[in-house]
Amino acid sequence: MPRTRLYSLDELDDIPGTKVFRARESRLSYHLHKFCMSLMKAENREAFKADERAYLDQYKMSEEQKQAVLDRDLAKLIELGGNMYFLVKIASTDGWSAQKAVSSMSGMSADEYAQMMLAGGRSPEGLRSKKEQN
Amino acid sequence: MARITAGIATSHVPAIGAAIDLGKTKDLYWAPVFQGYEFVKEWIKSNTPDVVILVYNDHASSLMLDIVPTFALGFAEEFQSADEGWGRRPVPVVKNHLDLAAHIAEQLVIDEFDITLINEMDVDHGCTVPLSLVFGQPEEWPCKVIPLAVNVTQFPTPSGERCWKLGEALRNAVKTFPEDLDVQVWGTGGMSHQLQGTRAGLINEEFDRRFIDLLAHEPEELKYITRLEYLRETGTEGIELIMWLIMRASLGYGVEEKKRFYRVPASNTAVGHVVYEAKS
Repeated sequence: MPRTRLYSLDELDDIPGTKVFRARESRLSYHLHKFCMSLMKAENREAFKADERAYLDQYKMSEEQKQAVLDRDLAKLIELGGNMYFLVKIASTDGWSAQKAVSSMSGMSADEYAQMMLAGGRSPEGLRSKKEQN
Repeated sequence: MARITAGIATSHVPAIGAAIDLGKTKDLYWAPVFQGYEFVKEWIKSNTPDVVILVYNDHASSLMLDIVPTFALGFAEEFQSADEGWGRRPVPVVKNHLDLAAHIAEQLVIDEFDITLINEMDVDHGCTVPLSLVFGQPEEWPCKVIPLAVNVTQFPTPSGERCWKLGEALRNAVKTFPEDLDVQVWGTGGMSHQLQGTRAGLINEEFDRRFIDLLAHEPEELKYITRLEYLRETGTEGIELIMWLIMRASLGYGVEEKKRFYRVPASNTAVGHVVYEAKS
C-alpha cells in the first residue's frame, strides 16, 4: 500500500511573494548562514566591515551569494536559499533596523513601508494563493 | 506536587526589547504597545511563579545552523543573552531549574516526545523580550526559567496539533514532579507577520483577533489550523502562533482570561498578548 499520510509541501510554492525555507534551502545556504552567524561576535563584525570581500572569502559560499551580500540584496539572498533570521545579522551589523531590512525586499521604500505598517500592515487579500488568486 | 497555575502569551518582537533597553517605552510609537503590558506587570507581582517554562523559537542565534531540532529543552544551569548582531541585551542571566527540567526531559520522552536537550546555548530575544515585558528591568529575574525552543523557521514545523499534545505532555510532566512548585507556561511569538519577499509586512488582524477569541474557551478548532493556512493567512513568521497552543494546552480544560491585548504594529509585527489563570 502506498503511504497516504505524507504531507505535500508543493503548495508552499503557491503563496505569492513568498519563499518558504525548507530542508534543501537550509543546506544550500549552510555556508552563507555560517557567515551570518559569525557576525554575532563584535570582533568578526569589525573584521567584516574592514574588508568585506576578504572576510567573505573565508566561507565556502557561492560567488552569487557573496555578491548578493556585498550588494546587501536580501531578496536575492532569500532566492539563493537564505532565511531572514540569519540574514538579519548582516542588517544589524550595518546598523539597520529589522524594519528597514524587511522593507528592502518589499518593493517599497523604507518610508512607504513604515507608513503601510502604521496603517495596519499589508492585507492578505489577493495574496493568499497564486492559483486561487485570493 | 508541582502545578501549572497560569499561562501568558506574548509576541517577542526584537524591537520591543530595544525600546525597553534604550528607554523609549514612552515614545509616541511605543507607548500604546507598552500600555498593553501594564496589567501583567502588576498581576505578576502577586503571581510570581517559582518556574516559567518559556516556549519560544531560537532565531538562528544558538540553533538552526548545525543542528535543527524540532523541540529542544534548555538544559544548561544558566543562559546568557545572545549577541544577535548588535551586542548582548543588557538583561539578567536566565537561570534554569535543573531538577524540574530533568524531570520534564525524561517524562516527555516517556510520553513519546523525543526531545533534544541543549547543554549549552545563549537565549535570544525570543526568550528575553517576554521576560522584560512581564518583569521589567530587575537586577535578577525573579524566578527560574526553563527554555523550550520550537522550530518555526525550517519547514515543515511541527503541526499545531502536535504542539497541543506537547502542551498536554508538559502538563502531565509537571503534575508528576514531587516538589511543591508554582509553574507558569509562557507561549511566545506571533501574531501575524512576514519578514521576507514582496509579501513582507503582511498583517491579518481578522485572523489574529479570532485566534485570541477562541484560545481561552474554544481552543479545539485552533488545533487543526494547518501549517499551510498559517503561512497563507498570517505570513511566514506568523506560524509562531503554534507556540501559543503549547501554552494553552498545558493549562488544561478551563481557564480564566485575565487580560487580552492586540495592537498593530510593532516594527513588522502584530502584537498579541493574553494572561490566563488555570482553573484546575
